Amino acid sequence: MSEQEFTIEALKQILLESAGADENIDLDGDILDTDFEALGYESLALLETGGRIEREYGISLDDDIFTDHRTPRALVAAVNACIKDTVTA
Amino acid sequence: MSARTVITGIGVATPNGLGVDGFWAATRVGKNAIGRVTHFDPTPYPSQLAGEISDFVAEDLLPSRLLPQTDRMTRLALVAADCAFKDAGIQPGDIPEFDMGVVTASTAGGFEFGQNELKKLWSQGSEYVSAYQSFAWFYAVNSGQISIRNGMRGPSGVVVSDHAGGLDAIAQARRQIRKGSKLIFSGGFDATDLHLGLGRSDRRGRLSTSSDPDRAYLPFDAAADGYVPGEGGALITLEDEQTARERGAQNIYGEIAGYGSTFDPKPGTGREPGLRRAIEVALADAGVEADQVDVVFADAAGTPQLDREEADASSAVFGPSGVPVTAPKTMTGRLYSGAAPVYVVSAVLAIREGLIPPTTNVELSPEYAIDLVTGQPRPAPVRTALVLARSYGGFNSAVVVRAAD
Repeated sequence: MSEQEFTIEALKQILLESAGADENIDLDGDILDTDFEALGYESLALLETGGRIEREYGISLDDDIFTDHRTPRALVAAVNACIKDTVTA
Repeated sequence: MSARTVITGIGVATPNGLGVDGFWAATRVGKNAIGRVTHFDPTPYPSQLAGEISDFVAEDLLPSRLLPQTDRMTRLALVAADCAFKDAGIQPGDIPEFDMGVVTASTAGGFEFGQNELKKLWSQGSEYVSAYQSFAWFYAVNSGQISIRNGMRGPSGVVVSDHAGGLDAIAQARRQIRKGSKLIFSGGFDATDLHLGLGRSDRRGRLSTSSDPDRAYLPFDAAADGYVPGEGGALITLEDEQTARERGAQNIYGEIAGYGSTFDPKPGTGREPGLRRAIEVALADAGVEADQVDVVFADAAGTPQLDREEADASSAVFGPSGVPVTAPKTMTGRLYSGAAPVYVVSAVLAIREGLIPPTTNVELSPEYAIDLVTGQPRPAPVRTALVLARSYGGFNSAVVVRAAD
């Protein structure tokens, strides 16, 4: 399996598909360091988002991934680390 | 004497019309909306007709955040709630959040949503099941989503008793108004005419297998042979009359004046069904004599035995052909828990216009001694209307709706 990279664009796409977007939030704006909560995503929306990332990238994320990584930038880095671990394991 | 609970806002979505004006324009003239199912290919099923809502585009009416987490009937309910607020002339923030509640009825919950997720579970695996399955299928989901969207944190709940539930929910809402809540949303929405919906109801043997939309759902007709299912429902805002008048409510459509609810006796006992008693309890609760009732909105099950029971109950209370009876649901099919709230809406609009909407397609069987309004609408002064609903399992409910002036 070749190594894929998880990008912010991919994250935005998955967020839109799994939870939509808050009317007052522009996902194309500067959101990298904004908390998911402030972007309007509650725990269930993030659970659904995490599930889709796992399916699309064939990885398994820690249960507390969104607790430990509260912003898009932190999540993208954590998912990429996980992809790398999965490929090299 | 207890204070009066009045209807101050309406949100309605049925196969023959959306919104108060669209719904009534179609209903008052008897516009049929039954047709062959289009949401999916009904060919494998013995019953292939339904009343479907065709011009509802949720994407245009609801925020994208709500779409992945909602069944079709929840989307209908959320939009109807928006309409009812607007019709009542109230913004969600106008009333303290703990003084507003939501009590709805549901027969099947988010059936289509749940069905799709179960399909993913068995065909793709558990990791493909939406996290929103945790609540989107659930009976209480409409009450919950309306409550969250509009910040209504007062007394709320769901009643699950099929058709009768649509009236039971309104009665529960009236109780909460009497206990001091300022505004309660009530009513019901169902959208069950789907693969499993048809299959499941089929097994109960009450669905019509006719392929002719004009001759399929024929309550009180000699050719009656089951009903056609439909999707949709109505939500109404209920308020204490004094509170509504003090705030200068733009619409006071009518009063929920009386309610009665009974169970049928155990099958095979030969005892009388419970419907007559439900009617009498509702009339007594409203302080209304039988001869003061101007129209009865019939449950109209569409099978000979149930039609016979309903006609007998009506004759017993009102005398043979003693009151106009109508079943406008012949235009849309039976909407499960949405049906009776739609009837309540029809009742207040009949009061407002002085017009009884017709029972379509039906030719009254001479077996039944009822004054069924068939074919054409009937102009008549209407001040007091009786709405009936019966359910699988023996539930009977009746509500008296009265002019508010």
